[in-house]
Amino acid sequence: MTWLQRPVRAAFDIAELGLDRVFSQHWNPLHHLGALGFFMYWIVAASGIYLYIFFDTGITAAYSSVEYMTNDQWYLAGVMRSLHRYASDAMVLFMVIHMAREFGLDRYRGVRWFTWSTGVPIIVLLFVCGITGYWLVWDQLAQFVAVRSTEWLDWLPIFGTPTAANFLTPESLDDRFFSLMIFIHIAAPLILLLILWIHLQRVSRPQINPPRGLAVGMFAMMLALSLVMPATSHAPADLSTVVSVVRLDWYYLGLYPLMDYWSAGTVWAALTVVLLTVMFLPWMPPMRRAATARVYLDHCNGCVRCVDDCPFGAVSMVPRTDGAKFAEEALVDPDLCVSCGICVGACPSSTPFRRRGEIVTGIDLPDFSLADLRAATEAAAEALDGEGRVLVFGCAHGPRPSKKGGTTAFVTLPCIGMLPPSFIDYTLSRGLADGVMLSGCAEDACYHRFGAEWTDARVDRQRDPQLRRRVPRERVRRHWAGRAEGKALSAEIERFADGLRQLGPAASDPLPPSSERILETVESDG
Amino acid sequence: MANLLKWTGQAVFYAVLAAVIGYFAAAPAYRHFAADQALIKMTFTHGGEYKGGCRRRTAKELQEIAPNMRKDFDCPRDRVPVVVELDVDGATVYRASHDPSGLHGDGPANMYQGFPVPAGEHTVAVRLRDTARDSGFDYTREGRFTLAPGQLLVVQFRAEAGGFIFRE
Ligand code: HEM
Ligand code: SF4
Ligand code: SF4
Repeated sequence: MTWLQRPVRAAFDIAELGLDRVFSQHWNPLHHLGALGFFMYWIVAASGIYLYIFFDTGITAAYSSVEYMTNDQWYLAGVMRSLHRYASDAMVLFMVIHMAREFGLDRYRGVRWFTWSTGVPIIVLLFVCGITGYWLVWDQLAQFVAVRSTEWLDWLPIFGTPTAANFLTPESLDDRFFSLMIFIHIAAPLILLLILWIHLQRVSRPQINPPRGLAVGMFAMMLALSLVMPATSHAPADLSTVVSVVRLDWYYLGLYPLMDYWSAGTVWAALTVVLLTVMFLPWMPPMRRAATARVYLDHCNGCVRCVDDCPFGAVSMVPRTDGAKFAEEALVDPDLCVSCGICVGACPSSTPFRRRGEIVTGIDLPDFSLADLRAATEAAAEALDGEGRVLVFGCAHGPRPSKKGGTTAFVTLPCIGMLPPSFIDYTLSRGLADGVMLSGCAEDACYHRFGAEWTDARVDRQRDPQLRRRVPRERVRRHWAGRAEGKALSAEIERFADGLRQLGPAASDPLPPSSERILETVESDG
Repeated sequence: MANLLKWTGQAVFYAVLAAVIGYFAAAPAYRHFAADQALIKMTFTHGGEYKGGCRRRTAKELQEIAPNMRKDFDCPRDRVPVVVELDVDGATVYRASHDPSGLHGDGPANMYQGFPVPAGEHTVAVRLRDTARDSGFDYTREGRFTLAPGQLLVVQFRAEAGGFIFRE
């Protein structure tokens, strides 16, 4: 699948770079596609409730009640109708882009399979909502949808008699069938909400609301669109004619023309194959997974920080099993762990201030342990040379500086959230570099969801473990940006190095405290 | 200046997004049915007669059946297929045998199919056989219609209405 992923990813890299500039990283719509989907859902739900007040559920009266809303009460019910339609369309649009982004950025495989695969019923239900919605207007588009849909459904051997025959003559038209459509149109969105909830079961602290500024902008856009291009109906349904030209809503009804070219069976087969393929995409091929986080009870005091910080709810607290004086211990569920290391960065036992060979922490990544991180830090520092030496701790998914060597060295982590703040202290107090740069994905676009956010909070002393006060803040710089921003990162490093040259070399701490003392200071420091 | 550019950029983004959402919500229009055509739609849900051929059960067979279920004759429940033909202007455009539905072949046969024809005057003849005979038909009907473009002519078979019904 990488052949398909690469161009998708490249397109998102460029689009996100552009929109970061226009919107700021925090408001970038591409960073909030799922949340925007939810936002549209609420608009659809609220406007739908209003429409239902004026909607006449009799099959022939339905049309005139919609006409009343559109023409006589255009200023409120008409606007609600347009909002209802356009927000539903936007939901499809945002959903498709959301899927493409998760796919392109490789956030759909491995542990994330659950979130991805539960997206497939969401697609199906969303379409059921939209199609039954168009049915209710009972205009010529509704007639087209009714005839085509029932002809298509009749292919399945579930109905004894062709249901499409209901739409041949006005007399054969069944009021009960229409009531069924209304029922489905109300039930399907509720089931959709339930599946959305399931969709987010394995995402901890899911972001379901867009940032205020983006929400205001999107709502204003929807309102403007509704006023400029109010949603209207076709002519009333007339069963004695064949509908010949329809102004299709391509978001929901875009596949209907296929039925004019393919048989119902072929359309069923194609749809089934496509949906099953999407559903099982996480295993085509499966992700090569790194070893998951492991708990070392000797160093776990049951502080719950790893539970709080894990982006996928993979750690939980369980009663102590080793007889230590603490009530609880951390336990990792390997089926949920993405090996991001954020828990390592959260653990108070994660400190480099220990003698070589002894560095063990409460929770660690077997494939890239805290000891490996310290070794990598020291090796990178060794290569640094000259004045204004910058050690960059960077995330594997964020931008890469275009220039390395000389005064810049790079340590790559699975996620910047893996870096315990004590490493910044260690690097500067030992004089390993003159400044530390932290680099990772753009704000709200972290591959592991919370890397940049937790790092910011730790450095700003708003979240444990906090960066010690003694660390000179002018020697610490942060840079969050999309993957395509390698040049900008290099420029930022250059500026940082210039500033460091003015400051002079970092003062080397002559007496590094022992690990025990550090642990105490970390705790009393907060 | 940078801020002005940002706000302008956002306005442009929203305008383009609104245009994309609004445009594809009702455009481009799609022609589903040719402008100069009319449609004949033929449909029925009708069971052919039972195949029959009952057989008297032997005394031994009867002995093996629960007393309340004992019937002297063993009658198969399956029905004969329904054979239909449709002629438009003297040419046969459809001829088929529709098998009964249901696991045991005891349900009604179904048909639902459209036949586009050029708008204008047409003679439409239909025939249906629902008995076991080899040739000939049990029901026939013919009519002459002037069909406007886009008009639907429904040809329905309803046994309870006495046979074929044409609805313009
Ligand atoms: C309108 C429908 C949908 C809505 C409203 C929605 C909403 C969301 C939200 C709010 C998140 C959490 C984002 C975060 O906090 O990081 C999310 C994550 C995700 N969604 Fe959806 N989603 C929808 C449809 C889909 C579909 C159809 C798929 C794929 C088939 C999909 C795949 C994913 C994946 C893979 C993630 C996980 C991202 C991660 O693990 O970081 N979603 N979705
Ligand atoms: S490595 Fe990441 S996903 Fe796994 S337990 Fe630690 S924080 Fe959670
Ligand atoms: S952060 Fe470390 S000490 Fe705290 S519960 Fe998790 S493993 Fe244990």
